[in-house]
Amino acid sequence: MTEKTNSTLTASAETTRNRLRAGFISRDLYGVAAIVIVAAAGYVLFPDNLALLTRIIAIALLVLSLDLVTGYCGVATLGQAALFGSGAYAAGILSAHYGINDPLLMTLGGIIAGAVAGLVCGIVMLRAHGLPQLVLSIALVYLFHEFANKASSWTGGSDGLSGIVLDPLFGLYEFDLFGHTAYFFGVILLLIVFALLRIVVRSPFGMLCRGIKEDPVRIRAIGASPHKALIKMYIISGAVAGTGGALSAISTQVVALDALSFTQSAEALVMLVLGGTGSLFGALVGTLVFMLFEDFVSAANPFHWLTMVGALLIVVVLFAPKGIFGTVQDLLSARRNRTGETRP
Amino acid sequence: MSAVFEVINLKKAFGGLVVTNDVSLSMMAGDRVALIGPNGAGKTTFVNLVTGALKPSSGEVRLRNEPVTRIGPTGRVQRGLVRSFQVTRLFQCMTPAEHLGLAVLQRTGKSAQLHGNFLTRPAVMEEVDDLLERLGLYALAHRKVREIAYGQQRLLELAIALALKPSVLLLDEPAAGVPQSDTGRIEDALANLPADLAVLMIEHDMDLVFRFAKRVIVLATGTIIFDGLPADVTKDARVREAYLGSYANAGLNA
Repeated sequence: MTEKTNSTLTASAETTRNRLRAGFISRDLYGVAAIVIVAAAGYVLFPDNLALLTRIIAIALLVLSLDLVTGYCGVATLGQAALFGSGAYAAGILSAHYGINDPLLMTLGGIIAGAVAGLVCGIVMLRAHGLPQLVLSIALVYLFHEFANKASSWTGGSDGLSGIVLDPLFGLYEFDLFGHTAYFFGVILLLIVFALLRIVVRSPFGMLCRGIKEDPVRIRAIGASPHKALIKMYIISGAVAGTGGALSAISTQVVALDALSFTQSAEALVMLVLGGTGSLFGALVGTLVFMLFEDFVSAANPFHWLTMVGALLIVVVLFAPKGIFGTVQDLLSARRNRTGETRP
Repeated sequence: MSAVFEVINLKKAFGGLVVTNDVSLSMMAGDRVALIGPNGAGKTTFVNLVTGALKPSSGEVRLRNEPVTRIGPTGRVQRGLVRSFQVTRLFQCMTPAEHLGLAVLQRTGKSAQLHGNFLTRPAVMEEVDDLLERLGLYALAHRKVREIAYGQQRLLELAIALALKPSVLLLDEPAAGVPQSDTGRIEDALANLPADLAVLMIEHDMDLVFRFAKRVIVLATGTIIFDGLPADVTKDARVREAYLGSYANAGLNA
């Protein structure tokens, strides 16, 4: 190999590196800007439907939390709603039984409860791998569901937990009937969580988790413990799901048993696959598309909307197996490579 | 000088089948030892016992005079016993820079940090770049591993092991599966391993063994039947009988 090609190769590695470094901040900013723009558009276009938009944000937090364990660590779970529901009940119980009505404290309660539920689920689920692990996750969500059902003096059982009262946010903004405050609160929570998760997924810990997903044996051979890292990720994931649960309790002022359901868990997984696993953007896109599609189609055709949701899923899984976001990203990078080659 | 790595009377039996029978060996810093043996001799079991993937029935493994027999695989890596794999085990969707960054971060106890990125850490990148350059992988630093050639993946495997700054390195067939045209680069890399590193290489390629090793250990049916100079191994009657067969003549003619 000649000296010249060597130096061009070195130079190209150097530019790649600079591009990667610069990409961190710019992609974060694009992400934040995209969330703000979509949130503003939602507010302008659907002013009468802020409750739906807030629900989308709460579920987006659930799907983000699922992406952390499934997309980034490769742990398949159909029980993620256990963490979401724990957060929702914790926030609701704080208000309904303890009179702690400050939305920030209730959210904090949801985060802590979600993290603890994440720790418990993580410890149980990580004892198994593959299919048994998936079955354990289903068993866990049913146990959580049944526990909430039986502990009806705390949770309201199948009637749902009501009696949640809210103080104004920061003592200034009343939670109004139209859901303005709840919506803004949700958007801000999502922005904070998104920004923090961006930092986490590209941190050394995030890289370790991606390695675990690909080959735990290799991770052990460099002296790291996959188990410890996965438990930690489960706690983080629980905190994120708990945030979503708390937001859902705060925005609707009621917590129903289906917050802890298998159906909710499975739907979250469907949204994640739809958007694309292993990417925070994918989780957000999947939730948004699935929930809007569900809303529009169920309004347009109340009898066959589930059929159409099923058809959409089949189309995506067959023709865009990396999900909506993953496929768009592939197309864009393929185009960039083509134009890059033709450049002199 | 004391041994950095010692195996004392290591024994492993699966039921009545003894696969590792009273194996003892010791290595000093800077040793270059090749472990050879016919198929089924128990080489893989030996590696698994030493790295902690399997528990021995009896015997002891020591690293720098510390018994590690009861310590798990990750603990042994942290104490300086690092292995490479016979078939590369790499993260297909990650780049060589990421592999090495992760290894360096893990060694320095920073792999659990929740913020920052290794690309922006000069201390980590200096080491990563140094390793990439030493193994001729710098130009590929930011390609995904699935896009690079197998020979280069083998070099990366070696680079990861070095990033962990081991005191004992177990190389499991470092040249396996590499096309003839690339073996030269692997051999160069092996020749340039740190001088104070103790290396135990498990290998089938006898040419490579004779070029690399200063000492050869032959394992047959779980027992060490030869431990000595490469020059003597082909003359040893037991070795020829147990293993070399046609290789013996090739070695003598060479």
